[in-house]
Amino acid sequence: MPSEAVQEYTVAQGRAKSFYARYARKEELQHQTHYCPGCGHGIIHKMLARAIDELDVQDRTILIGPVGCSVFTYYYFDVGNVQAAHGRAPAVATAMKRSRPGSIVISYQGDGDLSAIGAAEILHAANRGENISVIFVNNAIYSMTGGQVAPTTLIGQKSTTTPEGRRAANEGYPLHVSELLATLEAPVYIERVGLGDNKQIAQATRAIRRAVEDQARGLGFSLVEVLAPCPTIWKMNPVDAQRWVRDVMEKTFPLGVFRDHTKEAALRPASQPAPALDEIPRLLGLAEEDLPTGNGCMLARETNVDLQVRIAGFGGQGVLLLGEVLAEAGLVAGLEVSWLPSYGPEMRSGTSNCHVRLSSQPVDSPLVSVPSVLVAMNEPSLCKFDLTVRRGGWVIYNGDTFPGDCMRDGVHVLALPFTRLADELGDPRAANMVMLGALLEIDGVLPQASIDAALHRLVKNPRWIELDERALARGRELLKDALRRGSLAKEPCAEA
Amino acid sequence: MVKGERIETKKQDRGWLRIDGEECKGCGLCIEACPPKVIAMSEELNHFGYRTAIFAGAGCTGCGVCFMVCPEPGAITVFRAAVRHVEASGHANAGIEEAISCASN
Amino acid sequence: MRKQLMKGNEAIVKSAILAGCRGFYGYPITPASEITEAAALYMPRAGGVFVQAESEVAAINMLYGAAAAGVRAMTASSGPGISLMQEGISYMAGAELPCVVADITRGGPGLGNIGSEQGDYHQVVKGGGHGNYRTIVLAPHSVQEMADLTALAFELADRYRNPVFVLADGFVGQMMEPVEFPQRAIEAPMPAWAVAGTAATRGNLITSLHMGCDDLEAHVLALEAKYKLAEQREACAEEWHAEDAEIVLVGYGIVGRILKAVTAEARANGLPVGLLRPITLYPFPIAHFQHLASRARVFVVVEMSNGQLLEDVRLALNGACPIEFFSRVGGNAPSHDEVLQLVREQALRLIGEERMAHA
Repeated sequence: MPSEAVQEYTVAQGRAKSFYARYARKEELQHQTHYCPGCGHGIIHKMLARAIDELDVQDRTILIGPVGCSVFTYYYFDVGNVQAAHGRAPAVATAMKRSRPGSIVISYQGDGDLSAIGAAEILHAANRGENISVIFVNNAIYSMTGGQVAPTTLIGQKSTTTPEGRRAANEGYPLHVSELLATLEAPVYIERVGLGDNKQIAQATRAIRRAVEDQARGLGFSLVEVLAPCPTIWKMNPVDAQRWVRDVMEKTFPLGVFRDHTKEAALRPASQPAPALDEIPRLLGLAEEDLPTGNGCMLARETNVDLQVRIAGFGGQGVLLLGEVLAEAGLVAGLEVSWLPSYGPEMRSGTSNCHVRLSSQPVDSPLVSVPSVLVAMNEPSLCKFDLTVRRGGWVIYNGDTFPGDCMRDGVHVLALPFTRLADELGDPRAANMVMLGALLEIDGVLPQASIDAALHRLVKNPRWIELDERALARGRELLKDALRRGSLAKEPCAEA
Repeated sequence: MVKGERIETKKQDRGWLRIDGEECKGCGLCIEACPPKVIAMSEELNHFGYRTAIFAGAGCTGCGVCFMVCPEPGAITVFRAAVRHVEASGHANAGIEEAISCASN
Repeated sequence: MRKQLMKGNEAIVKSAILAGCRGFYGYPITPASEITEAAALYMPRAGGVFVQAESEVAAINMLYGAAAAGVRAMTASSGPGISLMQEGISYMAGAELPCVVADITRGGPGLGNIGSEQGDYHQVVKGGGHGNYRTIVLAPHSVQEMADLTALAFELADRYRNPVFVLADGFVGQMMEPVEFPQRAIEAPMPAWAVAGTAATRGNLITSLHMGCDDLEAHVLALEAKYKLAEQREACAEEWHAEDAEIVLVGYGIVGRILKAVTAEARANGLPVGLLRPITLYPFPIAHFQHLASRARVFVVVEMSNGQLLEDVRLALNGACPIEFFSRVGGNAPSHDEVLQLVREQALRLIGEERMAHA
């Protein structure tokens, strides 16, 4: 036998192919990471790259980098890279995954990023069960900014902003993100691992692969919290820092699986196929059959209309609907129209009013400051707007008697207990349509067919359509009756 | 990656390491982690002023623990003696279970 | 008949979907909530994504993600929510991501009220976030323009790879007017720079981070060059009876509508009044101002904020013409009569000046 044996070796462990061979760093540094000696990030990067390689998802992977020491993940990972604002990676990841469901979206975040400024984003992404994988690197300190306290800093641990050590009374207790998120229903897999020794590192490798694999299988949200050393900020040598993870950090942050629904998790529903482009207008209610038709109710071109209406009342009296039917009818009749509501808390209670304009000319301002018709559904509304009505205009008032101090020269008044009259028709809530009927009879321009068309577009319940039609007719009659008595010009018409 | 690299050793170790002296930052985690203690720290400084890990030679089992604890993506490459019947398309990285069993040593 | 009666807020959503928008990420707030509600209904129907986020901060960052993935996407809010979104808008401008943000403004500062105001002018037009960036701002004054300018906003956002605002007051968002939409929907192509989780886009990077001083300076200068190009090409305004006007009224949004009514009445009374209505607030339509200043004797700026638009008019005119100012805030709109009164006073003053000159 020869004294020197020749043996063939193959690579058992080497640079993952999901890493770039050289990094887009400054010229001389393109072959090494920017991390300090002994930093946990590099170790975790290798676990993640290995998982991407093993699961063969490199082309599909989108890696979202945080703000913090690992802001430069895109130097290293040969995948699709997106750099997010501090703490917002889970929000970015949410939209990326939903926009591109075939992608593998990994949010890589530190403890300042995820557990402090981004606490809301991670909580809600987890709660929605977004099908993403989150790698949460917990080194109990803000490292990149030079060692300030983090939500995960241990009690008694010194930092540049807890110079005497963290005190629960001042900074609260270390935040247990994994345990917190495990109280939610949606997450599929949550585990805390560490980089404290060889065994912990082996388990962390497994956990990170699981987090990516669960996403690839379409199961849902997973998070791996990794207790990681920061020798520089901790002011320890790398080996001591590694031991500190195992011997000290782990006491506050016990390792383990906090959620594992990998076996029983249902696949998240696949997104619906997108409809054909031609279908979109119909899906938006913009198809030909959805558009109002003016057949048979178009006004003659030369008809001159300038109706400016203010409708006011309390919430729930149908003020806005009254205006909407009027505006819609005007549109059907071929007029230019506008409808402008009061809105906000006023919608929920208290006063409500709207401005409606119908005009043969383009509507300049949709605000009606000097109405030709005021529809006042109660006394406060009357008092508020009565003085704005133009001379020769109309006030339609819902009340038994017209308040004397609202009486004005040159303004026609129709004052009737419309609510009671509507009640007689079957529902007091139809008072708005009785008043609209009177208004239409005053103006006399809009064809009945345009009103019918508007009513059918805006009111879907057949019972209400029938009632509203009767209410409109009743309103027209009431005005005709009043006109027949000829008592409208300058005085209120008080019905017996 | 280098496959099927032929090297000569005096002793037929199961494993062999290549450590990139320019990528290594000398953190020493591999030295601490290595079960058979075949890695040492150099006396010389590299271009960047770091002492770096060096492969001390005899006794490497090719377990890969040093690779796993190393923070640099390509500072350490672990080679293992080729055996018959290894599948042609087999993955470059050793199985995790095997690494763990070494890690427990 | 091709028109439908619709709220401005609803028109935004339908126009957006027709323009290829397939992502809406929002948080409700009066008076913009109908946008989020309409998006919740229609976006999934169109095969798009709708998410009601946990906050405006999350919403704008979801928009960042959707845009990074190469999808046309939008959000909508009002003053307090826009304040929270400024972080993400700065990041998107920095990362050169297109998006459309509708701001349906309300009263401020602070919680202010939900009345219609134009107090967001500075935070939207001047950029409320950090750093050297601009956002293109379109200011509709009708429901039809809510639709048309939303479609334009997506085109501009893609063309300049930058956030584009549709800035409308609560009145324009809440009012209903007849609106006509294009009869065909657009499919927006995926941009080559997107990160879409595909082999073709692997290696793409979206970031606003430029570590080196020289790198960042080059980036900022490149952004600036884009904005200069937009200033040359995209500035837009409506001139209405303005060509021979001696008194030029200036206002945008609902104020533009009020000023049209005032202009019509003033003209009927023989007063030489016209309207200049900025449609783009950034880029500001400076050329229109300079053109009209050659004939005009006074510009009357009317706004529902305390002189925010006024500052840009001053810069645009650069002393070329005197400026009068009128504003109402707190949710009040300037009334037709009070603006008309101001116009009459100006007309009398101008006549007085003429007499003095001829005496």
